[in-house]
Amino acid sequence: MPVTEASGVKAWQRRDRRQQFSIWLGWLIGGLVFVQSWRFISEHTIWEFALDAPAQAWDLMVRMVPPRWSYMERLWVPLWDTINIATIGTLLGIIIAFPIAFLAARNTTPSRVLVRPIALIVIVSSRSINSLIWALLLVTVVGPGVLAGILAIALRSIGFIGKLLYEAIEEIDAVQVDAIVATGASRPQQLAYGILPQIMPAFAGISVYRWDINIRESTVLGLVGAGGIGLQLNASVSKLAWPEVTVIFAVIFVTVIISEWVSARVRHAII
Amino acid sequence: MNGQATQTWRLPPFIANPWLRWGIYLGALLYLVLAIGSLHINWARVAEGMERGWRFVSAFARPNFAGRWGEISEGILESLTMTVTSTAIGVALAVPVGLGAARNLAPLPVYVVCRGIIALSRTFQEVIIAILFVKMFGFGPLAGMITLVVATIGFMAKLLAEDIESSDPSQLEAMRATGGSWWQLINYGVQPQVMPRFIGLSVYRLDINFRESAVIGIVGAGGIGATLNTAFDRYEFDTAAAILLVIIAIVMVAEYSSGHIRRRFQ
Repeated sequence: MPVTEASGVKAWQRRDRRQQFSIWLGWLIGGLVFVQSWRFISEHTIWEFALDAPAQAWDLMVRMVPPRWSYMERLWVPLWDTINIATIGTLLGIIIAFPIAFLAARNTTPSRVLVRPIALIVIVSSRSINSLIWALLLVTVVGPGVLAGILAIALRSIGFIGKLLYEAIEEIDAVQVDAIVATGASRPQQLAYGILPQIMPAFAGISVYRWDINIRESTVLGLVGAGGIGLQLNASVSKLAWPEVTVIFAVIFVTVIISEWVSARVRHAII
Repeated sequence: MNGQATQTWRLPPFIANPWLRWGIYLGALLYLVLAIGSLHINWARVAEGMERGWRFVSAFARPNFAGRWGEISEGILESLTMTVTSTAIGVALAVPVGLGAARNLAPLPVYVVCRGIIALSRTFQEVIIAILFVKMFGFGPLAGMITLVVATIGFMAKLLAEDIESSDPSQLEAMRATGGSWWQLINYGVQPQVMPRFIGLSVYRLDINFRESAVIGIVGAGGIGATLNTAFDRYEFDTAAAILLVIIAIVMVAEYSSGHIRRRFQ
């Protein structure tokens, strides 16, 4: 315990000198990095435009209110597309991620040296690229439209579902699997009766959770041309039709809230 | 009397109630038929694009870092600086909002306001917030930074508030019993309980902010996203592959080190 003696009186301190110094050094370096970063951003900002932000914000408010509610009738189809992109994309992602998770989990992989690293690479590269970037890429490949959106959502979901699911598989109770093995069960039977019942709740929870995230993400995919309500948003922003933008925001807000509620209810029922 | 021998055990279904189970199956099937029926996919265009897709995949084998290195390094630097500043500012601002959104510390009006802030910032995707801020602050990294600050506040404040609400009440009571002021209550009762997780989450958010900073450039909020968007628009797949590889490398380094830091603090 760090104790200093000052004029014969022992005083307790929380940290000794070295700890204190390294914490101070950490703050110093952090502060320097922050200041340098801020300078960089400041140099790349046109301050004349930035400083009139309050006026711009007010201007935006005035233009956005009263929302053009009649625009709503043209939003039902894009909204349906958005929900389809998220749902079918999630389903595709689940179908691909499910076997990959088994290949990546330490206790179920057929080969730790060969198969597991490949499965992990698939998971990591899917996770580190945002679905909007996937969409950007797919739009140039398969052309603009819902398909690019569905594939983008699916590709991004593989990593997310795969990672959480393989962690769940690694945490299962091995005794239950041993009991099934002891009955002379084959490999598929071990999977069906020993492992699957243990991971099913986690699997369903993860899938619904990802679906909820995907609804939120699929609302913006249209900005790069991948279908859904984002297309409408992009069009309205480009032609500065702010009363329409307000309606779109309201629709997105309600959709996301509902999907979040559904996902929370389902997860609550399972877990 | 060997009728028993025919009895076999079957795995109980995942959803116990048969009505609910078949209802869900039927509903899901109906939805899928409707949804897939309403997709308009231009298969001719898809087939046409396959060749382009192949060119992109093969571009990963020979990424072109040198061709537009100036733009790439500028974009990456912008993304990194946006990440650092927005995380620092966002985390600092999330503390008061998080304290206000904890029901066991804040009075009801403050609680409602802070929860409102959190809900608003969490519902909208970062890109949508970025559109608004680009309109207000002009193109460039400042708009992106403010976007990420808003997103960080929502994320950090929500988790902080949940942490505070689930913290051990007896420690707070002990602080109150000694006659501690509100500040002392926070400093000695709450902070030691939530600090390790808060630091871990901040590092995690730094990681997320970098990923997001690579995206919001698409709507003009600075960062590597703009460079990437341009590369795709010009069909310069080798440059796009180079940018994606740089992003993946940074994300992996960030994830590895953030995992390391989080393990140390938790």
